[in-house]
Amino acid sequence: MAKTESTFKNMVLSLTLISLAASASLGFVYQFTKKPIELSNLNKKLTAIRQVVPEFNNNPDKEMYRLPTGDGDSLDIYPARKNDEIVGYAVNTFTKKGFSGNINLMAGFKPDGTIFNISVLEHKETPGLGSKMNDPAFRNQFNDKNPTSFELKVKKDGGPVDAITAATISSRAFCDAVSRAYVTLQKGGKK
Amino acid sequence: MNQINVLTKGFIKENPILVLVLGTCPTLATTSSSMNGMGMGIATTFVLVGSNVVISMLADLIPDKVRIPAFVVIIASFVTIVDLLMQAYVPGLYDKLGIFIPLIVVNCIVLGRAEAFASKNSVFSSMLDGLGMGLGFTMALGVLGAFREIVGSGSIFGFKFIPGDGILIFILAPGAFIALGYLIALINKIKKA
Repeated sequence: MAKTESTFKNMVLSLTLISLAASASLGFVYQFTKKPIELSNLNKKLTAIRQVVPEFNNNPDKEMYRLPTGDGDSLDIYPARKNDEIVGYAVNTFTKKGFSGNINLMAGFKPDGTIFNISVLEHKETPGLGSKMNDPAFRNQFNDKNPTSFELKVKKDGGPVDAITAATISSRAFCDAVSRAYVTLQKGGKK
Repeated sequence: MNQINVLTKGFIKENPILVLVLGTCPTLATTSSSMNGMGMGIATTFVLVGSNVVISMLADLIPDKVRIPAFVVIIASFVTIVDLLMQAYVPGLYDKLGIFIPLIVVNCIVLGRAEAFASKNSVFSSMLDGLGMGLGFTMALGVLGAFREIVGSGSIFGFKFIPGDGILIFILAPGAFIALGYLIALINKIKKA
């Protein structure tokens, strides 16, 4: 077959056709993978909740409720119960102060407000630097600390938190997200 | 050129990383462990094979003046498909590699092979070329990742055999350059011998 000439008509036509075919196939794959992606995200959420609160036997995803943060946003709270008694709250919190884009965390609190554990759901920080906030070495320093006495600030800002080397901004953002969760939960009252 | 040669030239003789030195950005960024390197390599191989096949089929239909935008659209579609499929079926690996997958679009190997090989050759040899280049890329990334993981954290594929921290610099960016440099030197030595 002869090579298509680079006339204006041919160029417009071929690019249009290629883009159409590309978008059609993408739409198909998107529909096809939508369910599995939702499922794996839900699993990820439940796993994250399980990691950050003490053992529970209810379905926190069904009992989820929203609390306003006070600056126009709201956070999802997942209450964890064992035999109808509250054992902790998992808070899906976020910060806009990340080095690149939003950071999503799941922060778990005991009923008295002490941090039980924290898990990173989503972030776009620099790989190898800010991404280390998911390392136990960094996030475990928050465990069993109560934000009333444990100020959520990195050492550079006069707080007790050890920032990640070369990722102070990401560490600050992490603290910001955790303290947003804490403040919202304390202010909003518990169910 | 015979077909076996088309397939195997990507392994050593024209290895995209070690000889052509293309696509070093994702190479340096993802090889902090052997698993990440291999995963990135396999994802890139899929994109390479897919885009090479489609581009060699369409090569005669695409007018020369718009061939680069056309290639980019095709490559970007394949990358998005890989991205969605990984998100759906291997969420664990996606968590680690997710931020690098969109980078495959700008990986020079993929566009380079489309331009230099697929647009001028038959569908079958283009597929072999994509597969060979992809495997060469995977191999280079696997070796580099394994080396950095062994030296940097004393483990291989996540299995720790030396306790302690290892030489931290090899996990960080400078270590990637150092390791890549030595690997290229080694390949040059082998090729001359």
